[in-house]
Amino acid sequence: MNILELTAVELGKKIKEKEIAVTEATKAVLAQIQSVENSLHCYVTVDEEGALKRAKEVQKGIADGTFTGSLAGVPVAIKDNICTEGLLTTCSSKILDNFIPPYTASAVCNLKQQGAVVLGKTNMDEFAMGSTTETSAYGVTKNPWNTEHVPGGSSGGSCAAVAARECFYALGSDTGGSIRQPSSFCGVTGIKPTYGTISRYGLIAYGSSLDQIGPIGKDVTDCAAILETIASYDFKDSTSVKRERYDFTSALADDVKGLKIGIPADYLGAGLDPEVKEAVLKAAKVLEEKGAIVEEFDLSLVEYAIPAYYAIASAEASSNLSRFDGVKYGYRTKEYEGLHSMYKKSRSEGFGAEVKRRIMLGSFVLSSGYYDAYYLKALRTKALIKQAFDKAFSRYDVIIGPTAPTTAPKLGASLHDPLKMYLGDIYTISVNLAGLPAMSVPCGKDSRGLPIGLQLISDCFREHDMIRAAYAFEQTGTYEEPQLAVEGGAKL
Amino acid sequence: MSGQYETVIGLEVHVELATKTKIFCACPTEFGGAPNTHTCPVCTGMPGSLPVLNKQVVEYALAVGLATNCKINQYCKFDRKNYFYPDNPQNYQISQLYLPICHDGGIEIETAAGRKWVGIHEIHMEEDAGKLIHDDWEDCSLVDFNRSGVPLIEIVSEPDMRSAEEVMAYLEKLRLIIQYLGASDCKLQEGSMRADVNLSVRKAGAKEFGTRTEMKNLNSFKAIARAIEGEKIRQIELLEEGKAVIQETRKWDDNKEASFAMRSKEDAKDYRYFPDPDLVPLVISDEWMQSVKESQPELRTEKLERYKKEFDIPVYDAEIITGSKRLSDLFEETTAIVHKPKKVSNWLMVETLRLLKEKNMEPEDIVFSPENLAKLIELVEAGTINNTVAKEVFEEVFAKNADPEKYVEKHGLKTVNDEGALRSTIEKIIADNPKSVEDYHNGKEKAIGFLVGQTMKAMKGKANPGMVNQMLKELL
Amino acid sequence: MAHEISNETIEYVGILAKLELSEEEKEQAKKDMGRMLDYIDKLNELDTDGVEPMSHAFPVQNVFRKDIVENKDERDKMLSNAPARKDGAFMVPKTVE
Repeated sequence: MNILELTAVELGKKIKEKEIAVTEATKAVLAQIQSVENSLHCYVTVDEEGALKRAKEVQKGIADGTFTGSLAGVPVAIKDNICTEGLLTTCSSKILDNFIPPYTASAVCNLKQQGAVVLGKTNMDEFAMGSTTETSAYGVTKNPWNTEHVPGGSSGGSCAAVAARECFYALGSDTGGSIRQPSSFCGVTGIKPTYGTISRYGLIAYGSSLDQIGPIGKDVTDCAAILETIASYDFKDSTSVKRERYDFTSALADDVKGLKIGIPADYLGAGLDPEVKEAVLKAAKVLEEKGAIVEEFDLSLVEYAIPAYYAIASAEASSNLSRFDGVKYGYRTKEYEGLHSMYKKSRSEGFGAEVKRRIMLGSFVLSSGYYDAYYLKALRTKALIKQAFDKAFSRYDVIIGPTAPTTAPKLGASLHDPLKMYLGDIYTISVNLAGLPAMSVPCGKDSRGLPIGLQLISDCFREHDMIRAAYAFEQTGTYEEPQLAVEGGAKL
Repeated sequence: MSGQYETVIGLEVHVELATKTKIFCACPTEFGGAPNTHTCPVCTGMPGSLPVLNKQVVEYALAVGLATNCKINQYCKFDRKNYFYPDNPQNYQISQLYLPICHDGGIEIETAAGRKWVGIHEIHMEEDAGKLIHDDWEDCSLVDFNRSGVPLIEIVSEPDMRSAEEVMAYLEKLRLIIQYLGASDCKLQEGSMRADVNLSVRKAGAKEFGTRTEMKNLNSFKAIARAIEGEKIRQIELLEEGKAVIQETRKWDDNKEASFAMRSKEDAKDYRYFPDPDLVPLVISDEWMQSVKESQPELRTEKLERYKKEFDIPVYDAEIITGSKRLSDLFEETTAIVHKPKKVSNWLMVETLRLLKEKNMEPEDIVFSPENLAKLIELVEAGTINNTVAKEVFEEVFAKNADPEKYVEKHGLKTVNDEGALRSTIEKIIADNPKSVEDYHNGKEKAIGFLVGQTMKAMKGKANPGMVNQMLKELL
Repeated sequence: MAHEISNETIEYVGILAKLELSEEEKEQAKKDMGRMLDYIDKLNELDTDGVEPMSHAFPVQNVFRKDIVENKDERDKMLSNAPARKDGAFMVPKTVE
């Protein structure tokens, strides 16, 4: 049995049953990192020493009954925009190239309380702004299925690491699709929960009203277990919601009889790759055969989601990123004349092009004279989009569709045309605007061998519905293990 | 010249609220402390940190709004005010623009000219910035975030004031109300109350407002009055010369008694306000408002009426004492112990006010307790010490909150009532001062005063002057 | 409505955002911003009269803290990433008022 083939929950069970030691699992995954990292570059920081030290502690804690959860002892990778005390956290930006957080994000605290072993911090698009992980200041991450392609973004490092067995599961963040889209490009499962489910305390903010941390794992079971572990009410986050139920693993039932599933016809039009369309419709058929009631419907307002999102996200980001000024932490330019020169140079030298683009757009959208026409207009659009979903969920339990209009593009193919890149977010973005939970599960491969993702969306606070549908679909066995396209990759 | 012009003044008053913790985090608001020792990820703007609102801040803001006759926005939000400055850790300040908690209120002020209503445009909550200390030695500035996040309310008046006198009356009344509510100690010198003055002039009778300037750095009531005069004259002179008043912010320099324009081309003054997405709306129910109204402590006007009825003290005294929350608290608590309101009021009105003035202190700075003042009064009532000694002891009580009983014991200040000892001293004084004795016998009544004084001196003040006087007369 | 972003606008936004762009960056920024704003203009096709701007998707309100001191002296931690510090404070170029 190859340890690396186990899912997180399977490993957790074997650790509990003393079949595998925590240190053994940690060493196995570190060896894999050693062998494939150079080809894939999923990580910004690998904390080998820290992970091994922690593995020993957790082993003790399991023995003495401190750690009893299902994921105790399982090694995890954390996206590099989530604060980890004492461990470099860069948001894949030059402006935080030396930032060691003085505290740990609440979601990671939850993981640690359950005996997680943190391996390191994964690569991402700078400040989560991007869909390919190519805007990282520390180099691109490659797609483990085909290293000439992107892993997606912005949680590209996390998703690629899970696919390449460089961790057993990972945390990512999702503002406009940043967990789901790279999950679909990398052939793994990822969940963005209802807004407010997971504390944002310690998540370095991009679009505050849209951001959520979420799990990325090898299957639906893993993701449900991770979600259960990290989700909790946090008094340090004013937008945190006290949920009635946190038992997401109870939704892992292979039963979709009578489940009403809707497919927005607006998602299946022009711009959708025919192979992706085929795979998604096939998945819909599978669910129908299992007893779900599947039909197409008109969601409407789909084409307004992207402009509304970019107005809102860039506006919030322009304000959230103001704190990076070379005063309290992070990069400070070497030569400057006076305070404002220091600000301008530090920020201009420390931020990459995409980040600067969005900060400028956001500042403009909020500026005097434009606030009403752009920002408020976008917030009104957001309200309408929510209404459209409310209407849809009065008829359906789950909405399905493609996660992305294509499979993973080639490296370097997207950056020259930012607007075109933004359009790739079309299926995922409205979910963040409406605060809904959504997830992506693998549902096939295209003719180039690149994974295709199926997105499932359910109503606010109704993760159980989509998890159930995803689980049932997964159980029919269409999920394929990635054929890792890396030299010297551990033979699986 | 200035008689043709009318001065139009509005005030923006910032008040530091007396909460124990900051507005968005659980750091202490305690004054002082070494730099950055009252900080956390939230008030230093660490990446990933988030604000959580202190309920007490809302309660104080509501109380002030209700006490100043404002309407309450029962649905309100916080907005981000975006600008770059090192004392602002996030480079945005969380404030309220679009939906401030209170609006359209006002207070009645009284000046020599009579009563007048000064409108309050709005009151909103916001966070204070940190402090910048300029280090000339190393040509840099140092940032201390202890004050960052301290809760403020900003009270914006309508441009209803027309003179420095009205401004003073407004500020004093506002201060009194806020102190009475316990919402802040409002000390201008310490910065817990700050006033910015918006001033413009116009020809008397004109309907439109002139261009206004904003003046900052006004650290005392006197500075405010001087700044108003100075700016009024500056603007009138400009207009008389045919020049225009430029709308700008000016910094007042009280030493130079002049103001200077604070111009910065690095700032676009475009604050890009938008609702803070890290905070949720505030919904103030009717019940909440009602409970705040009901739990409002007795305000000054009611207290004054009550003092007139309940305590038999002069109206003037009542007005002065109720003019300060600290003084009225002291008065009531001390009277509750000794039950002699007139004596208590006397000690406050005469000796306390005198010492406050001498030491340039405010009533809020008083350190002595009602218990100790009560003890002092009882010592005098019982005849244990005389009035002269009492004043001396009071200086200690005032300076250090000394326990009068212990002090009197320690320094042996009790009045000597022993007739025998007194008689022998008096006899000596009579023997030593034959001229005065002769003067007295010749009808100069005043001479006895001198002999009393000498006796008191010899007794080191510890005699009962009345007794001395009586005995002297007997022996002479 | 095609947006022609002027040099003044880019410079203005640069001041707001404290960003300093090279000449080529400015040219590119003008193009990018123009295209983005044209795209955002699409929202004008939507009739949003009478629709309240929605910040948060669900009506969470009145989230408070109690007025109790919980934080201790964390100065060393808060200063640990400071690019420059002196006497327990963050050091910055002289701020001129």
